[in-house]
Amino acid sequence: MNMEKLELQKIANEVRKGIVTAVHAAKAGHPGGSLSAADLFTYLYFEEMNIDPKDPQKPDRDRFVLSKGHTAPGLYSALANRGYFPVEDLKTLRHLGSYLQGHPDMKHIPGVDMSSGSLGQGISAAVGMALSAKLSNDSYRVYTLLGDGEIEEGQVWEAAMFAGHRKLDNLVVIVDNNGLQIDGPIEEVCSPYPIDKKFEAFNFHVINVADGNDMDQLKAAFDEARATKGMPTAIVMKTVKGKGVSFMENSVGWHGKAPNDEQYAQAMEDLEKAGEALCQK
Amino acid sequence: MSEVKKIATRASYGNALVELGKKHEDVIVLDADLAAATQTGVFKKEFPERHIDCGIAECNMVGIGAGLATTGKVPFVSTFAMFAAGRAFEQVRNSVGYPKLNVKIGATHGGISVGEDGATHQCCEDFALMRSIPGMVVACPSDDIEAKALVEAAYEHKGPVYMRFGRLAVPVINDRPDYKFELGKGIVLREGKDLTIVANGLCVAPALEAAEKLAADGIDAKVINIHTIKPLDEDLIVAAAKETGKVVTVEEHSIIGGLGGAVCECLSEKAPVPVKRIGINDVFGESGPAAALLEKYGLDAEGIYKQIKAFA
Repeated sequence: MNMEKLELQKIANEVRKGIVTAVHAAKAGHPGGSLSAADLFTYLYFEEMNIDPKDPQKPDRDRFVLSKGHTAPGLYSALANRGYFPVEDLKTLRHLGSYLQGHPDMKHIPGVDMSSGSLGQGISAAVGMALSAKLSNDSYRVYTLLGDGEIEEGQVWEAAMFAGHRKLDNLVVIVDNNGLQIDGPIEEVCSPYPIDKKFEAFNFHVINVADGNDMDQLKAAFDEARATKGMPTAIVMKTVKGKGVSFMENSVGWHGKAPNDEQYAQAMEDLEKAGEALCQK
Repeated sequence: MSEVKKIATRASYGNALVELGKKHEDVIVLDADLAAATQTGVFKKEFPERHIDCGIAECNMVGIGAGLATTGKVPFVSTFAMFAAGRAFEQVRNSVGYPKLNVKIGATHGGISVGEDGATHQCCEDFALMRSIPGMVVACPSDDIEAKALVEAAYEHKGPVYMRFGRLAVPVINDRPDYKFELGKGIVLREGKDLTIVANGLCVAPALEAAEKLAADGIDAKVINIHTIKPLDEDLIVAAAKETGKVVTVEEHSIIGGLGGAVCECLSEKAPVPVKRIGINDVFGESGPAAALLEKYGLDAEGIYKQIKAFA
């Protein structure tokens, strides 16, 4: 195993601790989809994106829009661990008076490039950012993360059609295919499958990632996306909802629920063990 | 008497965008397959690379506008009022209003004067919808001169602005040397002591005519053009209410939640006086020539005059 990967895995584990700690302290929030995308958040903010936590607004930075805004705990934990704000502040998530709003708020949270939360809207803003870069010949890239349930929203496909039509090759749309939405498995609620073929039909270069919780596979996908010219890229990554916390994995019930004190202790124990195992490598 | 010059404010919008585009590189105009109707087509002709046709997808267009604004561009998102304020309401609220992004919404074809297209396209709810969004500026100009001034002011204002323009050609009424446009500041067009008529958009001209008819009956009406519904020029309206004791609002909008609603909210708290709201009386419109519709729904000079006469 190369050090870089191990380092990213350790950070992802810390990001997961931040997620469960934040949601526990908030007594509400969305741990399942935050945990499934924890490796993705880590990869983007620690490896892929051109960003500077000391200068969150620098004009040539890469942009990230969390279209599935309810998984804000995942984004916030990655931002905090990256140095945008104190990790300790994660415990104020959703508290009255805290800047860490229940859904991303670009006006008050360093590093958040777009307010989001109403599903289907973030991708359009990301498309607008990518379009802006093309209009001004700027070189920054734009990333947006969508839930697999979120793509049931029609606006997603309006945005995809536009991005494909305009050949926005500075745009990467990532779908967190953890297979579960609030009311149940996505194929039972209102199946969005086949996801890859849909994006292909909208003139995207599509990359299927078999394990979106694996850093090597994420790296391969984002390298391929970067090398893709003349069309936007969609990365459809299979993930495990609740990944890293034994009792939350693949469980619909943990979409939007906070652990109680006992469950929190169990979750942190799982993550401590995972962290120790990584240190043995 | 010479023929009165008539121009639709949607045409003014297109022409003003061209002037703005010449001065400012950061102006980007978005449309949703209605460039010929919204008149952004004239901007497209001049600056094709800065005119973005988003296709028939208004919700996405608003989101793209929001994304452009985060990077410092000044997008003018253009479509019919029905789709800008109606269909894309939640996108305007959450992607533009909540982050207070610098997006300008150019909504044409507002009100029943859309005419033949009928009720589905006659948006009489947009003031109410847009006014309810925190931080949103909402304005509706009365003629070509005011519409152009509004577009300029909207660009200078930092933050979201909703502008409603009309399809129907309307008389130019503001061509005087002392005309001055300021967002949020009403304009007194006629002094009077018996009552105050507050109007906006294409209702300003017939409201002035109605005031002349009332004068012949011995009723001296003050007339104020409130082109900006939000922020409302409360000082001017409260002073006029105290001065004249009665207020009439006239708008091409539902009597619920628009200019009439805003004026009532203000006066009931600050200077309670009897108010008569003239507008669309909680009904849908219908197909027909614009002038005939305005007459049928009581928004021509005669209709406004009669309703005020009965109230005064």
